[in-house]
Amino acid sequence: MHDLTLAQMCHGLARRDFSSTELTRHLLERIGAANPRYNAFITIASETALAQAAAADRRRAAGDAPALCGLPIAHKDIFCTRGLRTSCGSRMLDNFVPPYDATVVERCAAAGAVVLGKTNMDEFAMGSSNETSYYGPVKNPWATDCVPGGSSGGSAAALAARLVPGATASDTGGSIRQPAALCGVTGLKPTYGRVSRWGMIAFASSLDQAGPMARTAEDVALLLQVMAGFDARDSTCLDRPVPDYAATLEQPLAGLRIGVPEEYFGAGLHPGTERAVREALAEFERQGARLVAISLPHSGLAVPAYYVIAPAEASANLSRFDGVRYGHRCADPVDLRDLYMRSREEGFGDEVKRRILIGTYCLSAGYYDAYYNKAQQVRRLIRQDFLDAFANVDLILGPTCPNPAFAFGAKGGDPVAMYLEDIYTIAANLAGLPALSVPCGLVDAKPVGLQIIGNYFDEARMLNAAHRYQLATGWHQLAPPALTETAA
Amino acid sequence: MSIQRADIEKLAELARIHVNEDTVTATTLGINRVLELIDQLRAADTTGIAPLANPLDATQRLREDLVSETVDRDALQAAAPAVEAGLYLVPKVVE
Amino acid sequence: MSWETVIGLEVHLQLATRSKLFSGAATAFGAAPNTQACAIDLALPGTLPLLNKAAVEMAIRFGLAVDAEINPVSVFERKNYFYPDLPKGYQTTQLAHPIVGPGHLDIELADGREKRIRIHHAHLEEDAGKSLHEDFHGLSGIDLNRAGTPLIEIVTEPDLRNAEEAVAFAKKLHAIVTALGISDGDMSQGSMRFDVNVSVRRPGEPLGTRTETKNLNSFRFMERAIAKEVARQIGVLEDGGRVLQETRLYDGDTDSARAMRSKEEANDYRYFPCPDLLPVHVAPALIEQLRASQPELPDARRARFVAEHGLSDYDAGQLAADTPTAHYFEAAAKASGDPKLAANWLMGEIAARLNSTETAIAACPVSPAQLGGLLQRILDRTISNAIARQVFDALWNGASDADAVIEAKGLKQVSDSGAIAALVDQVLVANPKQVADYRAAPDDKKAKMFGFFVGQAMKASGGKVNPQQLNALLAARLNG
Repeated sequence: MHDLTLAQMCHGLARRDFSSTELTRHLLERIGAANPRYNAFITIASETALAQAAAADRRRAAGDAPALCGLPIAHKDIFCTRGLRTSCGSRMLDNFVPPYDATVVERCAAAGAVVLGKTNMDEFAMGSSNETSYYGPVKNPWATDCVPGGSSGGSAAALAARLVPGATASDTGGSIRQPAALCGVTGLKPTYGRVSRWGMIAFASSLDQAGPMARTAEDVALLLQVMAGFDARDSTCLDRPVPDYAATLEQPLAGLRIGVPEEYFGAGLHPGTERAVREALAEFERQGARLVAISLPHSGLAVPAYYVIAPAEASANLSRFDGVRYGHRCADPVDLRDLYMRSREEGFGDEVKRRILIGTYCLSAGYYDAYYNKAQQVRRLIRQDFLDAFANVDLILGPTCPNPAFAFGAKGGDPVAMYLEDIYTIAANLAGLPALSVPCGLVDAKPVGLQIIGNYFDEARMLNAAHRYQLATGWHQLAPPALTETAA
Repeated sequence: MSIQRADIEKLAELARIHVNEDTVTATTLGINRVLELIDQLRAADTTGIAPLANPLDATQRLREDLVSETVDRDALQAAAPAVEAGLYLVPKVVE
Repeated sequence: MSWETVIGLEVHLQLATRSKLFSGAATAFGAAPNTQACAIDLALPGTLPLLNKAAVEMAIRFGLAVDAEINPVSVFERKNYFYPDLPKGYQTTQLAHPIVGPGHLDIELADGREKRIRIHHAHLEEDAGKSLHEDFHGLSGIDLNRAGTPLIEIVTEPDLRNAEEAVAFAKKLHAIVTALGISDGDMSQGSMRFDVNVSVRRPGEPLGTRTETKNLNSFRFMERAIAKEVARQIGVLEDGGRVLQETRLYDGDTDSARAMRSKEEANDYRYFPCPDLLPVHVAPALIEQLRASQPELPDARRARFVAEHGLSDYDAGQLAADTPTAHYFEAAAKASGDPKLAANWLMGEIAARLNSTETAIAACPVSPAQLGGLLQRILDRTISNAIARQVFDALWNGASDADAVIEAKGLKQVSDSGAIAALVDQVLVANPKQVADYRAAPDDKKAKMFGFFVGQAMKASGGKVNPQQLNALLAARLNG
């Protein structure tokens, strides 16, 4: 049952092959057994999940079955869930139980979804390996000595380990796509403003975007359909119609113009990854798409610009964690300054503190122009590269990450080595463009991802391309060998 | 550009994060690595380029002036470390 | 050699919106602690700001009233600092692109001359909460009800030269914003707070080092604080010292000031555009719509009171400056049919009563309609001015209308000439000596002695006799 996709589960529930309660109980049992091994969940919500499943079963029996009715999912622990601890992977919020739901959570609930629990993540979504979580790292189901990617590593690993068929995630610099690539699942970062950020704990507000993760593009489309749409509570959420993503999934790709940026195939790209991506491109050509060599000349500046803008915004976004109204407070503060200094020292991990200090530096008197302002100018140049490219192509394809999953501690000594793992994903966040990752091969027996970048609000076309690719290839169906061995 | 220990202390003060004596060296090193990375921005020619603070050219929506929030103080203060008589308690504020 | 004082003001004005600048929580005063602070105001994780349309429109209305440029695009920024009354750890405010650009306000000086005070800009921002220093086991209590209340901060150029000018500016500003209805102007509740930047210099020299005295919440405190600070700075300089650039706190209770200890020691606020809010675009059509519906401002109202109601410029100015007073006046003028009489009563009897009982005009127990009814009875000579004061007294203490009081107490003026003649006879008979003295007195003494008989007659009638008729009859009988 746990190998089924969301779409297949949906059919099974509709045909009464099984009930949501049966499905939910089965997956909760799997999570209970496997979570100590993968650490994919911070919080498992057995009781509420079973209650939601029972309600979904009643609802379906009454003839009312909305899009996700009875389908089990997991939420990244960055989304506030009313009455359910929301830690954001941080000691700071270890005891925080929100009195409200994120819009994404609300929409999934309204569509009938069953929430199995909250998935592990890098602290405040700052990381590419899940090693910064206060709750310990998530293990990659493909190789438990390797990282699952980050920051949405818990969602990606839970999907790969068949603990859950669909999950929410968030992406500020690659946090959906990179773990999706490293865990062999499909993940989409929508256009900035497509999905509401209300109730999603902010890392860098102008870059953060919530999106779905699943094992197939079809499932990602199903989840996006529910998550996307206008929300008056988020000023940056756009009031634009949401197309029917399922309706265009099967369209043929003949005539599709695919841009292949030379900058995404340069030094630093693992030859195995390059081979897998080039094979994927060939598959698109076989389906009638045309490959167009393009250039995104400012690509090399994306990581430097990001590591000014994201920390700058984060330094202010994380000022609210001061030990006054909620969150961690140090013991026996002697004065106000001590309350702040120690609560924040104890509540935040090293990477979060580093980024707050960098952001503080980039905004401080005398450095604003050289760093923050300059980075925002470069950001415009990067966006312009994409606008120019999309004048001639429909989609841009390339690798999601340069390398497959790396071992724990491999990038520990040097923060920049870690940052460069996001070299291909960051530009889409700076430009606000939608981008998704689909599995496209194995390198050293670990998955790698193909990245599909689309024009603004062109998610339907991206999902169409991804789905057609998955109809023709089987990479997305591969399960980590450990799972099949256990099953055998 | 690289920063010194004294700069870290100033940043830590601004950001209200105590930096431990035994981690200050590692912190300084790590931040200087990142500063090397972001110093690559200097090479970019950005003459006449307007900064882009938000990826979409959208404008701010305005909310009607209505009292739409009902405040459940007990629920909102359930997560508070120290509360008395409905007030959040902090060490003495000196002006 | 004399010193010249240079003053610039920063005025924080609370806008009279129902809800907060970025949330739908109420802004009303006086609620129990933290019962008007919602998840957004408390900066709970994942919450986002939503900009209040009314606040934007009020800021534009202010800009139009001071003849300022309204910027077509304005930007909210984050001003970063830690303080327990600031939940997000930053204040959302405007810096590089404020909504209101340069404008000006003309004030009237003591000698009647006008002086133009330039306004540098005005911007929208959110207020902070309050720290309560009552003792909670040595801790402070934080009430965030005020957090997020919309403010405009109005910043002047350093065009003011003494405390009187500063107060004149502040009063004029208060008159304008209350006329616009964008603020209740209630200074006791902190609706209007002044920060004064003061420096002194020798005439013709460059500007001296300035200090900022914060959060003055009355005109009198502002006047006192400026006077004290000017004297202090001159004292320092004349002793050969140096004025330090610092932020100071003035205590109105003790009439003393001191330098602030906290907050300012390392003020690197790291402003940057708030990524949760997009640029605010103000369409020309909105500006024109607001311009067309702009309420009458005190200067225009004053001119109209002169032209329309025939008031003196001074009286018109007095009545036009305060909007509730102006509204009361116009209603009473209409109800009575005699604007001048209404103005006299308003600035006389009513002003005195309101003053002595510390009552606001809006809470005046005598309504304009009641006053109008009373004034009509004076005008048609049913009662005299003296009796009118008695009737007013009854109205102030809850009586329903003038006619009922006059009727119930029998205060109707006696104008029947037969009755008055009888009264005069009665007085003359009762006072034969005075009558004889009067008749024997030289003409220049008679006028004064005549008053005695008027007084006796009034007393005997309970003040109700028509004075003109009484005078005529008395004169005829005494002199005839």
